Amino acid sequence: MDTKETVLSILQDLTGTDVSDAMDDNLFDSGLLDSMGTVQLLLQLQGQLGIDVPVSEFERTEWDTPNKIIAKAESMK
Amino acid sequence: MVSLTPYENPSYFLMLFVALLPIVIGLLAGRKFHWYETLVSFFFLLMTFGGPKWHQGLALIGYLVFEMILVTLYDRYRKQKNDTWVFVLAVLLAIAPLVVVKMTPLLAHGGNAIIGFLGISYLTFKAVQTVMELRDGTLKDYNPWFFLQFMAFFPSISSGPIDRYRRFRNDYEKVPDRDKYLGMLQKGVHYIFLGFVYKFMLSYFFGTFLLPRFEKTAMATPGLSWALVGVTYIYSMYLFFDFAGYSLFAVGTSYFMGIETPMNFKKPFLAHNIKEFWNRWHITLSFWFRDFIYMRLVFFFMKKKVFKSPKTTANVTYILNMGLMGFWHGLTWYYILYGFIHGFALVANDWWIAVKKKHPGRIPHNKFTEAFAIFMTFNFVCFTFLIFSGFLDKLLFAR
Repeated sequence: MDTKETVLSILQDLTGTDVSDAMDDNLFDSGLLDSMGTVQLLLQLQGQLGIDVPVSEFERTEWDTPNKIIAKAESMK
Repeated sequence: MVSLTPYENPSYFLMLFVALLPIVIGLLAGRKFHWYETLVSFFFLLMTFGGPKWHQGLALIGYLVFEMILVTLYDRYRKQKNDTWVFVLAVLLAIAPLVVVKMTPLLAHGGNAIIGFLGISYLTFKAVQTVMELRDGTLKDYNPWFFLQFMAFFPSISSGPIDRYRRFRNDYEKVPDRDKYLGMLQKGVHYIFLGFVYKFMLSYFFGTFLLPRFEKTAMATPGLSWALVGVTYIYSMYLFFDFAGYSLFAVGTSYFMGIETPMNFKKPFLAHNIKEFWNRWHITLSFWFRDFIYMRLVFFFMKKKVFKSPKTTANVTYILNMGLMGFWHGLTWYYILYGFIHGFALVANDWWIAVKKKHPGRIPHNKFTEAFAIFMTFNFVCFTFLIFSGFLDKLLFAR
């Protein structure tokens, strides 16, 4: 699986929603992600993709849509 | 020598205007004079912590030197190694002065610590945050002299808003282009004038005019009374307008200096639930706790698999997080209770969101339910502010 698919499957697990048709929707505004979900996301990225994201690297505005998360994950690989 | 509390009287604003003028002219011409900004900062700190309050001034200097040495040493260490115990030690040392200041009244029967000064609790956030970002490796080019500028930035030194090292540095080093800066000036003026309305009219009306009258009546009536209900709402209005007014001054002044200090309030009484309330009320504090306490604790608990389910992890951490915030306000039963109530409220909030998710469409959602949610949240918050005010302590125990 490539990064995009992995991120999407992680997001699906976390939010219980298929987000692949709303790639630019703000996940925090829609209530699908919160602080808790964020930490789970970071842990999953670490476990499944081996990307280490420190909590203080997490700037909400840079991670608030599926597309942005994928871009971030790819840039940190 | 005189001593002025920040943003309290006309002469402070007059001096502010005169001192900021060269900065504004400089920025309009596309230049920043950091030496002059430092001079202005020093002058206003002298006005606040000099004269009869000189001992507070000394405490501030001692505190800044201590934190600077500590953070610098940790930065040096972090470049070589990264042991957890050193990090924990650095954080504990960074909060040690604050702990002493908060503990002293309890141990010395209301006396105050000599190392205390106005704003120590806000500066502690900035110091701890810097240590944490050094630990994470997100802050790589730490500079002791800049750290001092960040800590002692005078517009927000006494009561926030709490800025972040890297965010502040970007603004500090950059000169905004003319259009952007004109926009900032316009906003700055607007914020300061709105601050006048909040602080000198509304806060005065609720806090100085109405509140003592209602408190007196409530004190004369044992137990529940209409006057106590009055105190609840009047105090809540006073707290908001006083603090939001102060924050508007701090943000407005920063904007004049080309620094976009983050806003502290965003119509908090229009929140639909407690979670949303904390995204609107004392924002820089609640986001600090979210980013540096809540998320870190959750991360730690999840990684070590301390609790079975993520839900339990979230709930326990809500209570720890808000409880700690209560302790930060001060070691009195009413501050601590205030913190824990909000912790439990966040747990209940998440539970309700989960119930709604589980039964989609079963729970009505329309204009009326939304209005009802805002109404409920507002009343709940005002009730917790009554606890926070300490008035119940007077009413129940100080007769």
